Amino acid sequence: MKRYVILVAYEPGLWERAADETREEWYADHRAFDKYVVRHGHHLGTAPLAGRETATTLRHVDNRLQVTDGPFAETTEMIAGYYDVELPDLDAAIAAGALLPDPFTVEIRPVETIDG
Amino acid sequence: MTDAATSLETVVRQEWGRLTSLLLARYRRLDLVEDALGDAVEAAARRWPDGGTPVNPAAWLLTVARNRILDRLRAESMAQRRQPLLVTDAERRDQGAAMADPGDLVEDDLLRLVLMCTHPALAPEAASALTLRLVLGVSTYDIARLFLVPEPTVAARITRAKKKVVAAGIPFAVPAADVLPQRLETVAQTAYLAFTAGYAPGSGPDLLRADLAGEAIRLVRVVRDLRPGEPATVALLALMLLQHSRRDARVGDDGRLVLLADQDRRRWHRDEIDEALALLADPVLAGPVSQLVASYIVQARIAAEHASATSPEQTRWDTIVGHYNLLLRLVPSPSVRLARAVAVAEASGPDAGLAALDGIEIPGSHRVAAVRAELLSRCGNAPSAAVAYDEAIAACRNDTERAHLVERRRALASPGHRSSATQ
Repeated sequence: MKRYVILVAYEPGLWERAADETREEWYADHRAFDKYVVRHGHHLGTAPLAGRETATTLRHVDNRLQVTDGPFAETTEMIAGYYDVELPDLDAAIAAGALLPDPFTVEIRPVETIDG
Repeated sequence: MTDAATSLETVVRQEWGRLTSLLLARYRRLDLVEDALGDAVEAAARRWPDGGTPVNPAAWLLTVARNRILDRLRAESMAQRRQPLLVTDAERRDQGAAMADPGDLVEDDLLRLVLMCTHPALAPEAASALTLRLVLGVSTYDIARLFLVPEPTVAARITRAKKKVVAAGIPFAVPAADVLPQRLETVAQTAYLAFTAGYAPGSGPDLLRADLAGEAIRLVRVVRDLRPGEPATVALLALMLLQHSRRDARVGDDGRLVLLADQDRRRWHRDEIDEALALLADPVLAGPVSQLVASYIVQARIAAEHASATSPEQTRWDTIVGHYNLLLRLVPSPSVRLARAVAVAEASGPDAGLAALDGIEIPGSHRVAAVRAELLSRCGNAPSAAVAYDEAIAACRNDTERAHLVERRRALASPGHRSSATQ
């Protein structure tokens, strides 16, 4: 089994604009994803994230901690949440990620094992 | 070359992919297998000339490579460092993960290797290099030469690709039946990328590197042997063979480009054309096919029209324009529009061709300007043709093609020259 973090990104405002039926469809997509992961591997964790306007970024600049408003990655999409899963391989992770709502962009990152 | 060297080259060419896939299935160490096989080939080059070629050369290489891997594994177990292993479908089964019906699976390690190397999670250029290296046994030196990039770039690409395969968990596996056709299309795209890189290089002194195109055809044949009757490979093989059949006629004795109309059709490889025409008649292409496969079929039919014409005058340009109209619906790209404009000019005259050319832009390419120049010259508008030729010559990065354009530009002054805009 390999462990993956599946990051989900979407266009800000998409959720707010969506009709109730659309939101229901998206919930169903998430449940389908969940079912796939449990059937083929393990679901280790997940979290939906509050909007990027609530994000705070820390950087060390010239040996001083710099605290700034906003996310570290400035893109048109924002990270909406993540899933932490164990699945047999990348093909399974792709099959699972493909079940998530269509408007989402999904990034699959293998988790590194760090010794020590 | 000695007999031993020839037979070693042949066995490497024919068996490299199979040996690689056998060793990967057994040891699951992408980092060790290629080196071990390389060492085995080196040992063969030293020992076969004196000791004689073994009765079963592939088995000989396999044994030597396997011993190399076992030596390395033993050394590692002393050092107690666990290296990451390739994920295989045997492992998936052990873990009780849901699999497609086993009846859907093709039990073939070579197919697993091809699908791993061409996985869509790899960048296309990395997938091409990895496939040529691991499946076809082409050396990094030759891959670099074929793709016109420095050898260290190719070596780095292959190393990065191998790391991603292992780290991301790209499996050494045949996917479920519902995903397989799409994955075989990715294999086809990888092969066609390599083929076109050899067929129409944008720069450099060699107009054609037919050997790269030949390697790409070899890859498609390997996949077709593994999965006969897959529309993507049948259609692509037909398309490639038809284009490849003209290689000897495309470059003249003086090293210059020879346009389609001026080619000596006796130099076309008739056996390849016949094979391609038979492939195009395969019933699997008559069923429902994907957009990609449909585009391969239409392009092959266009090439088949040229291949079936006994002389340029016999070419059925109206049929070709019809094929291009269909292709444009499948692939609405500027290069398809450009090719269609050329066909329109042949079918209905240069004025119609110029009208069809209107509004086509291919940034960084000399081709639109070259065709416009040719058609203007046919319309008798030499001053405008000269301007268009200058534009094309300035943008052209291929030495042979530029020489051809310069010659056409010069010929504008001399009246009564025969001309053609087609290749």
